[in-house]
Amino acid sequence: MNEQIRATIKEIGLPRLLIAGFLLALFAVAVATHMDLRSLISDSITRVARNGILVLALLPAVQGGLGLNFGLPIGIICGLIGCVVSLNAGVMGVAGLAYATGIGLVLAIPAGVAYGWLLNRTRGQEMMVGTYLGFAIVSGMSIFWLLAPFKNPTLVWAIGGKGLRTTLALTGIYDKILDRWLAFSVAGVAIPTGALLVFGGLCFLVWLFFRTQMGISIAAARSNPRFALAAGISDQRTRIQASVLTTVLGAIGIVVYSQSFGFVQLYTAPLLMAFPAIACILIGGATVTRATIGNVVIGTLLFQSILTIALPVTSQVIEGDISETARLIIQNGMILYALTRVGKS
Amino acid sequence: MRRALLRHAVPILFAALCIAGIWVAKITPSFLLGEMLIRVGRNSVLVLALLIPILAGLGLNFGIVIGAMAGQAAAILVTHWKIPGIAGFAAAWLLATPLAILFGLATGALFNKAKGREMVSGLIAGYFANGVYQLLFLFALGSIIPFHDPGMVLPQGYGLRNTVDLTTIQYAVDDLVAVHLPVEGRQLRVPVVSYAVVAAFCVFTLFFMRTRLGQQLRAMGQDAHVAAIAGIPVERNRVIATVLSTVFASWGQLLFLQNIGTLNTYNSHEQVGMFAIAALLVSGATVSRATVGQALLGTILFHTLFVVSPLAGKALAGDAQIGEYFRVFVAYAVITVALVLHAWQAAAKARARR
Repeated sequence: MNEQIRATIKEIGLPRLLIAGFLLALFAVAVATHMDLRSLISDSITRVARNGILVLALLPAVQGGLGLNFGLPIGIICGLIGCVVSLNAGVMGVAGLAYATGIGLVLAIPAGVAYGWLLNRTRGQEMMVGTYLGFAIVSGMSIFWLLAPFKNPTLVWAIGGKGLRTTLALTGIYDKILDRWLAFSVAGVAIPTGALLVFGGLCFLVWLFFRTQMGISIAAARSNPRFALAAGISDQRTRIQASVLTTVLGAIGIVVYSQSFGFVQLYTAPLLMAFPAIACILIGGATVTRATIGNVVIGTLLFQSILTIALPVTSQVIEGDISETARLIIQNGMILYALTRVGKS
Repeated sequence: MRRALLRHAVPILFAALCIAGIWVAKITPSFLLGEMLIRVGRNSVLVLALLIPILAGLGLNFGIVIGAMAGQAAAILVTHWKIPGIAGFAAAWLLATPLAILFGLATGALFNKAKGREMVSGLIAGYFANGVYQLLFLFALGSIIPFHDPGMVLPQGYGLRNTVDLTTIQYAVDDLVAVHLPVEGRQLRVPVVSYAVVAAFCVFTLFFMRTRLGQQLRAMGQDAHVAAIAGIPVERNRVIATVLSTVFASWGQLLFLQNIGTLNTYNSHEQVGMFAIAALLVSGATVSRATVGQALLGTILFHTLFVVSPLAGKALAGDAQIGEYFRVFVAYAVITVALVLHAWQAAAKARARR
């Protein structure tokens, strides 16, 4: 009996159990203090739909042997450029969203190729190179946002008339357009159907992709490069394919995120966006070398729920915002745990 | 000649950038000299703290942030106990040491568990430690840990304020032997003792590299596998190198804080790692090779750019913000390029071996 419990704990992993326990404890406090559970659950679901694609974006990188894609901001920046261009052109509604996504895709494909090319030449240090390449690009883009020749008065600073604002409001343009589509509520819990459908649809497409010949060869080259080479698959090539896919999904992810959040955040906002996404996929049970759609969905659900309800729940008990501190500890503790477990079963 | 130029391309490029900035912003030599005198004195030790892990083949120690936190915890306690002047600084230094040793042991053990991924682990460990630091000083202090000091604690009764006033120990080392030079009508503080401390760290590092342990670390840095076969206790030595680096970082942060005079409780440490590493790398040092001279040169170059960049941005585009973004961009870009070059060479070497 004892043995069995120990084996189960080992299989799920201690950190994951602790995190699930923490989430349960938060819900218990919420129930005990008579909080409105329905709004907590609604908010959690909204946050899952908002962040899900950014987490999904990490899957191809892991499956392709690139490790945890700390360079996710590269894709995010492509998507942000798409948003800014569409806003500048003043395209409204679904068309605007499609326009933003389209430009994001067009930029993300070459960016992903270049990123993959670089990662092929820096094998063994993909995570570190990705982290700092992401940092450098985000900070370099800060200069771009400040100098870019966008003239639309709703986007640039009112004083001086140049330089994009740090946050661009989407109100009346495509604010929550997916979240609202077919939205309904069950027993007081609001369901952002459109955004969930997009997340679910993309999950399905990625799942399907890893069953096509290209997808299978990407995963095969990761798990055994030499064997794959003997079968005529070059892992140089599959790694670039994986990198393009992760960057493209990152671009789509930020567009969906922005419409749900209601704002496009520029400058330093994307700097650390990869870290919570990485924590999500790891909490869901992924490792540095292996990830599934299930890991993405479960991880996003667990971690985003904690982030959503930690603030309202803990503020019942203590003053001050402990949720940010909890996020730092859980997120980075989880990543550290995964990093020390590479190469182990 | 061409090879020498190529080998020193990075510092030359950087010096050119600095000079261009100085020229554009019309910065006077006396202003720059005054700024540099302060900045080099207070930042050098943090950069020197990076050298020993590089020697041991651990790469850039992004974990020095944790050492800096140990220094800050000591500074907070000394301020609470109101120990003034050099006695306070000495107490802080003594207090920080065991803490930093403990943190260094933990970081070293982590690095041994994540071989080949020391840098990314160190970076994340820094973020993680930041969370624990916040938990301790923002929530536990004054609630779980008894701590009563209305001047330092937030009005709610627990948690430290965003800034801690360190005037009790400000300039404790800098002004231990007070030297003030009149330059163009202002009194220029020359922190003689701080420079003596920096020099002592340089001498210690140079000496350490020549000791038996230092030679073992060098051998490990060249080839950990061969070193292990030769009977060098690789894992133990890696921990020692990390501990030394962490302790240096805690002392370096204290030296930095006594000059600044205020502690931003929750931000002062955050960028320590990034700035120290970028400073080291602009001298042309790499992830696997760095010298004491490069640490000093890098500190001077990087901080020149740091001072010049916003002023040049203002002169060029009428906006200091551009310069500020630019210097952050440069810091990240320099680190990225160094990491890429390092990984590129390592990958090429691995391919050649196959």
